[in-house]
Formats: sequence, C-alpha cells, structure tokens
Amino acid sequence: MPTLNVNGRAREHQAEPDTPLLWVLREHLGLTGTKYGCGIGQCGSCTVHIDGVAVRSCAMPASAVGAQHKIVTIEGLSPDGNHALQKAWVALDVPQCGYCQSGMLMAAAALLQDKPRPSDADIDAAITNICRCGTYNRVKAGIRRAAGIAPAAEVEIVHVPRRSA
Amino acid sequence: MELQLTRRAWLGCSAAAGSLVLGFPTGAASQGHAAEVNAWVVVQPDERVIIRIARSEMGQGTLTGLAQLVAEELECDWSRVSTEYPTPGQNLARQRVWGNFSTGGSRGIRESQDYVRKGGAAARLMLVQAAAERWGVAASECRVAAGVITHAPSRRRLSYGQVAADAARLRPPTDVPLKDPKTWTIAGRRLARLDTVDKTTGRQVYGADLQLPGMLHAAIRACPVFGGKVRSFDAARVTGMPGVRKVLRVGDHAVAVVADTWWRAHRAVTALPVDWDEGADAKVQQADIDAMLRDGLGAQQAVVGNSQGDARGALASAARRIEAVYAYPHQNHATMEPMNATARISLSAAGIPERCEVWTPTQNGEAALAAAAEAAGLPASRCEVYKLHLGGGFGRRGAVHDWVRQAVAIAREVPGVPVKLMWSREEDMTHGLYHPVTQCKLSAGLDTQGRLQALHMRISGQSILAGLFPQNVREGRDPVVFQGLNAGGGEASIGYTVPNLLIDHAMRNPHVPPGFWRGVNLNQNAIYLECFLDEIAHASGRDPLDLRRELMKNHPRHLAVLEAAAARAGWGKPAPDIGGRKVYRGLAQTHGFGSYVAAVAEVSVSPAGELKIHRIVAATDPGHVVNPQQVEAQVEGSFVYGLTAALYGECTVKDGAIEQTNFDRYPMMRLAEMPKVETVIVPSGGFWGGVGEPTIAVAAPAVLNAIFAATGRRIRTLPLARHSLKA
Repeated sequence: MPTLNVNGRAREHQAEPDTPLLWVLREHLGLTGTKYGCGIGQCGSCTVHIDGVAVRSCAMPASAVGAQHKIVTIEGLSPDGNHALQKAWVALDVPQCGYCQSGMLMAAAALLQDKPRPSDADIDAAITNICRCGTYNRVKAGIRRAAGIAPAAEVEIVHVPRRSA
Repeated sequence: MELQLTRRAWLGCSAAAGSLVLGFPTGAASQGHAAEVNAWVVVQPDERVIIRIARSEMGQGTLTGLAQLVAEELECDWSRVSTEYPTPGQNLARQRVWGNFSTGGSRGIRESQDYVRKGGAAARLMLVQAAAERWGVAASECRVAAGVITHAPSRRRLSYGQVAADAARLRPPTDVPLKDPKTWTIAGRRLARLDTVDKTTGRQVYGADLQLPGMLHAAIRACPVFGGKVRSFDAARVTGMPGVRKVLRVGDHAVAVVADTWWRAHRAVTALPVDWDEGADAKVQQADIDAMLRDGLGAQQAVVGNSQGDARGALASAARRIEAVYAYPHQNHATMEPMNATARISLSAAGIPERCEVWTPTQNGEAALAAAAEAAGLPASRCEVYKLHLGGGFGRRGAVHDWVRQAVAIAREVPGVPVKLMWSREEDMTHGLYHPVTQCKLSAGLDTQGRLQALHMRISGQSILAGLFPQNVREGRDPVVFQGLNAGGGEASIGYTVPNLLIDHAMRNPHVPPGFWRGVNLNQNAIYLECFLDEIAHASGRDPLDLRRELMKNHPRHLAVLEAAAARAGWGKPAPDIGGRKVYRGLAQTHGFGSYVAAVAEVSVSPAGELKIHRIVAATDPGHVVNPQQVEAQVEGSFVYGLTAALYGECTVKDGAIEQTNFDRYPMMRLAEMPKVETVIVPSGGFWGGVGEPTIAVAAPAVLNAIFAATGRRIRTLPLARHSLKA
C-alpha cells in the first residue's frame, strides 16, 4: 500500500496513484483541515508543506510524494495550536469565514521558515492565496506580529479568557 | 404546562450534549442538566451559558455580535458564553420562537437585535425572580452582575447555574425594558470573536468536512446551459471505475455519481458521457445580452422608482446636457467553499421514505428545510436541517437551495445512507445565481450657472425578484432594483436633492439566473450615480465634494458620513506622492442596508497603466455598533469583495453557458493588491443599520473616480481589467 509521511507519522492509504494529495489527506487520512477550493492550484486553500515548502496539494498526485518526504498539514503545524502564527491569528481575529485560513497559515508558516522577518514585499510575493471574505490586511498584520515586526497599525481587540466551566 | 416543562428539560439536556446542533452526539461532556430559561438562553449547572443564535455565521461575525447583545441584557459572565444554532425543524415545531433564520441583506443584527435583547433581558428577570423567590425577598431588592445574583440586605448570593432550573419554570415576563446602549458593557466593545480558535487549527467543521458513519459521496454535473436537460447518459462507461456505487439522473437537468469518496465520484462524473438537450438558450451569446439591455436604455416602457418635478421637461430645456452610459456585468459569488449538502432519507419498516435530514451550510435554515421537504416529498415536520458553518455565503447560500434539492434527490436513490453532495469549483462557477446584469443611461441637465437642475437615470436590465420570487413583482415593478436610489426611508435612500429627478427601470431578463450577491443592487447603482456625479463635477468645474455638499443639504446623515471620510483622508489637500508616483483621490457615498457609508480612495497610475490602490478611508454610520473591531473587519472585507468585482469580476455567456469555469479565468484580488483601509465609525444612534454589505458599493466608484483624477479616463464598464490605463 502506498505510504505517506504526514505530520510525523507514516500513513498508508488505498487511493489510486493519480488521486491528488488533497483528497488522500481529506478522504483517506481524515485530515479535513486542508480545504478544496479550486482543484487547479489557483486559490491556495489546500496548501500544505512538503519538506518545509508550501505546496498546493489539490494539483499534486499523491503518488508523486514518496514516503521519505515530510508532509505537514494544518493539523500538524503545532501540537496544540500554539504556533506563533496561530497565536497571532487568534490575537488579531484574522479569520472571517475561515475556510481559506488553513492554507493562509501554511503559506505564512513556510514564508517565516524561509524568512523569519519578511518585508512587506516578501509577504506580498509569498501569500497569493485567495480570501473572499477579505482578511488580507489582518493576514498581513498576523504575519508581522508572528515575526515580531512592529504593526503598521494596531488592531485593538479585547480578549476575555474563555472559561469552559 | 406539564408538556412544556418536559420539552424544555429535554431541549436543555440535548443542548448540553451538543446534539441539538448536529443531530448526532458530538461527545461534549456535561454535568447535570442544563436548563432552558427561554428559547435564547440555556444555563448549565456549571455556570456555562449557551446562547442560541438563529442567524447563520458565515464570517461576518453575527454569531459573536448577537451573543453580545443577549449577554448584555442577560448580565451573564461573558467568559462562560458559548453559542449554538437551534434547528429549523425545532423553530417550526415551536411556532417560530426564534423568528427568522434568514441571514442576508446585512440583517443578522439589525433585524433581530430587538427580540434577542428582550430574550436576554427576560431570562435575566426570570433568573433574578427565581433567586428572590428562594430567598423570600422582592426581586427589586436583588442585583445581578456577571451571572451572580446578590441580595445586598442579607448578603446572600446565588449564581445563575443554581437557579436556572427554577427560573425555567417561571412565567416569562411581559414587560421587558431594555438597557440604554450608552450603558452597555458587553455589547459595543471590541470583543474577540467566539469562533476564531478552531479556524486556526483546522478543527472547524464546514459543510464540506462533515463525516457521518457509512457516508457516501456524490459529485454532479448539470447541463452547462441554464434550463437545459439531460437527454441520455452512458452509465456503463463509468460504473466500473473505483469506488463508484451509482450513476443517476438528478431531476431533468443533471447527472450525478455516488461513490465511496468525493474524488472518485468526481472523476467518474467528469468522465461520464452525457447527451444534453441544451434547449433554445444554447444560442445566446454575450453580445445578445448586451444588445437586449441596450434596447432597454431607450425603451418607452419603464417602471418609475423615484420621481421629482419634471425631469424630461427640464432636460429638454437645460442650458447644458451631459450623458453617459454605464454597464455592470454578471458576477459569481465564488464562495471559497463550494455548494454542498449531506442528506439522508430514512425508510419506514414498510420501505417508504419517512424522514429526511440535511446537513448544510446555509444562510437560511428555514428555506433549506422547505427545499428539503419539497425534494423529499415529505411534510416539513418529518424533515430536519442541521446548519453547518459556511465557507462564505455572500448571498449564494440564502434564497434558493438548489444544491439541497439535488442532495435530497440523490439521497432518495440510496435510502438509509447519508450522501454528501459537493459541487466542483467548475460546477459552482457555471451554475451560480449571478449578480444581475444591468446598464444605465444617465442624463443631466445643468443651468447656465452649471447647477444640476435635472437628472434622469434609466436602468435597463435584470431583476433579481423576477428570477427568484416572481410573485413579488407586481406590474413589472421590482422595488429592489432601486436600492440606494429611493426617495426616502431608512433602508436605502438617495442622498441628493435634484429639483427634477427621474429614476426608472426597463426590466430585461436574460436567461442567466440572477441572485442576491453581497451588496445586491446597491453595487451598480452607487457606481452609476457616484461616477456620474463625478462627471458632472468635472464637466462643470466643481470639486466633487463641494458639488455633493450642495446637493446633500437635505440629507444630513449621508453628508455627515461623507464629510467624516473626506476629513480623515485629507480631501482638499494634495495627497503625498508614494514611491515617486503622484497619488490621486476619488470619493463616493451611499445609503444601503440601513447604514450610511462613504469612501475616499487614493490611487496612482504608472505611465505603463499599472494601477495601485494605496489607501482607502471608509466611514460608516450604522446607527448602533455592537462590535467595532468586527465592523472594521467587515468594512475591510467589503473592499476585497468590492474591488475584486471592480477589477476583475465578470461572467460572460457563450453558447448559452458561463465561460468562466474557475479562478484561472475568474481572477480574484490577492493580498499584494490590497490597499490599506482606515475605517471611521461614526454611529449616530437611533437606528440599526447593517455592515456586511453597504460599504462594498462605495469601493468601486471611489476608485473609479480616483482613476479619472489620475488619468482623465472615465471607466464606465466593468471590470477594469478590460480597460488599458496606459498613458
């Protein structure tokens, strides 16, 4: 059976070799955090990391990714949602509907791995994902915050810690 | 009474277990029994408060905003608040206790604020009454803060969780006074959304993500030409493909494949040979639609939307006339999550369908329920809809639940099994309910001093109501066509007084189905009027703001918002150069969805024609503001939606079908093109306006007017991508 290395684990699956990686992740491995948006690599909702590089998984056949390559999905970005970007996203209430945000976060995480203190031009060039709700400016602010760059303009949000009980 | 108590107790328990929301256990543990104090408020013994939200969350923040309003009146502990959706079926069974589920027209907050606040206030009164009765004191001697009731004279305290079960048994109060918004402590604040964390970890479940035991998946292809039918298809060619369980016709217009995964279903339905009967509309080309609308610009017959004085007479005798024709194209909503629904038809022991359940992202759960019932051939009381989080709505998931009907039709063929139908992006792009297509001829008459004496706006084109709710079109009149141009009223009025004014509509409906598209008709109406006013200003040598001030004397709310945007932007002083490029400004204002909005855009255009939108200043007066940081998010988002439409948005017809099948041919604005947005919120109180849509309408005209200032080129047809701005 074909094997993929996803979020640090070897995972076997039974998908046909030409099945896009996205659908193996979503339908064979149960990782639905990675989204389908266009199927042609245009929108970036399906962005995952392969060996640290942001890849649009909807247009990549699963069979093209050998078991030696490390795939990371949004579920594996951090053990408990505490990646600097995830914290920044929460701090700034970046998502609106949120559907594109897994891809945004994965694209941003790959950028920060490559350039820990990206310029605005770096962000513009790296984040080409589509968001229809209109989160672009907060995405930019979130990346800057995660990178420790002073904000261009403060987004003031009052966080009341949630008590589950 | 006995029955009512039992039902309340049951509902409370089920809410605690999370099963109310999704129709199946979600495993959320709870201790003891939750008490439904009233339809809006459930209090658990551990002090958690569940606030029921009837409207749908699709990114616009209404879940958090409505919870803030309930919590404000409830005086509960915000840190313990969570939310849940009641189901449309329960709403039906309980005489629509949660009111309208429809989430469109920027109505989420403004049209439910009154009764949800009263729901919170009534629950508070009942909780306090329960404590007072336990203590044997007057309720008026009790105070409440953050979910704790205090009787100061005896220094006794009880929490909401301790008295909720008793409160639930009390008769609801009839007199429920509401707080003065000036005293709000939870509403009105820049609180964080309640639904952010799961959207950063991949845990948020959208309709597309739903997984049910034994579920199958369906992919669909409808006839590319609207109104076309399936003549035949060769199922044998795909039945042997991996995972395929069933190949079927859906209604008369589509074919679907059911398989064990969506990808396998999609691959098979894509490969399925289908012979389409495309019908007469297969001959329609875009040029035919354009010509049909052009004909309406000069047609004798038209429905009058707004009329003052004698516009035709004044135009005929005007010292100077200015004319222009504008056009706005069809556009697809393009929600990031394509249309999808999961449906299950259960059979009785006799093998007859007896129940239909649907899980779907919808802007209107009740309309989804009605669609499901009709498609299932069952009474609504035997159907249920579980609303799932929406990956974008923008109006596509509200009025017509075509995808729900399809999902139910497919589920009928595999009874007992949940089937998730998801559209491909291509299906979504080519079977939308499109932004209506219109053209507008504007004629202005100026007197010898250059003052505007007459204005005629002839709108020609598509009516959304005629397409979706023809029963609401009387004598050829679709009142929604005149959005933002009405003579008055609190919803969408024109902000100018022109002595002789005529705004009329010649309805021309192409075969492309129209829909409510975020911003609706305000979008093109604001472009037509605000750009044409800019033309009048330039033609008569006036400053665009000064001209408007003169025409807006009788419209102080419109004007105040425009002034707020202009002042923040520095209108009247030159904009500083950016990167050696000269920066130019344009402005626009409108009134829609109950709110007054205005924008100033700052742009530069390089000699090669490259447009850069540097900065937007946007002002909004929505009356009351429930969460300013979410208003800002909506205003910023409105520029992404509105500028994407202005820059790129166009669906065209070839041989009766939409040509743009995916984002490669239907481009979207990306992060690099996004201007800085400064939001100025100027709430004047006294009314409740929406915020999700109105600002979209000022995005394009502000930018188009700035482009004119920069280049001297007047863009009258969208999208901008069709035009060269090269010097």
